[in-house]
Amino acid sequence: MKLDYTLENGILTVRPTGDIDHHATVSLREQTDRLLSEKRPKKLLLDLSKTEFMDSSGLGLILGRYRKAGEMSCDFGLLNPTAGVMRILTLAGVEKLISIERTEKS
Amino acid sequence: MKRTVTNEMKLRFSAISENESFARVVISGFVMRLGVTPGTLADIKTAVSEAVTNSIVHAYKGHKDGKVELSAKSYDDGTVIITVADKGCGIPDIELAREPFYTTDRESERSGMGFAIMESFMNRVRVSSVPDKGTRVVMTKKLGG
Repeated sequence: MKLDYTLENGILTVRPTGDIDHHATVSLREQTDRLLSEKRPKKLLLDLSKTEFMDSSGLGLILGRYRKAGEMSCDFGLLNPTAGVMRILTLAGVEKLISIERTEKS
Repeated sequence: MKRTVTNEMKLRFSAISENESFARVVISGFVMRLGVTPGTLADIKTAVSEAVTNSIVHAYKGHKDGKVELSAKSYDDGTVIITVADKGCGIPDIELAREPFYTTDRESERSGMGFAIMESFMNRVRVSSVPDKGTRVVMTKKLGG
């Protein structure tokens, strides 16, 4: 699973490309957690602008990173989810727990 | 009025996680020619992904020699019936398994939302399971509705 990241002003933004299913979450989790412990950001943002498909395995990944970031006193949020991903997030009530941010360009 | 089958397919594949995307591609190919809307296509892809992932993760618990069967039938009344079946460990308590956020595998960060998503995205979901024999999930979707 391809994962781009940027670190700016203590904010680590990770952007996966492609479907987030059970298969993809294994490598995505490993890569994100490694960056998290290497970079020690004050905030982790999962950029979902390049994710057209996500199923409940992605929910597990998101909730897991939310917990993990919390343990490291790091804020966690989602960035620019696509419409398809947003349906799953809404169904699970994710926005009650995790902030969903949108930049104007999306 | 009795409805008639217009097309059908059956596919058997190894219970390995690479095949989750393969199953989505196959079911997309099957329903796309029926003139589905992008929203309905996304619903079906997601529901199939959930059912297939359940078989791979829970029924076979990572044993790669397990096999998953995906089959689909379309009918002249615009209905598609999709079945995902495995010969894995079975589900001891289906009621409990269908409850949102219930999971037997919190360790691996499973969300417990698989069945809730299938139920929300499809018109009907029927689950039958026998311990140590396997599980069968039959999902019905009315196209364009």
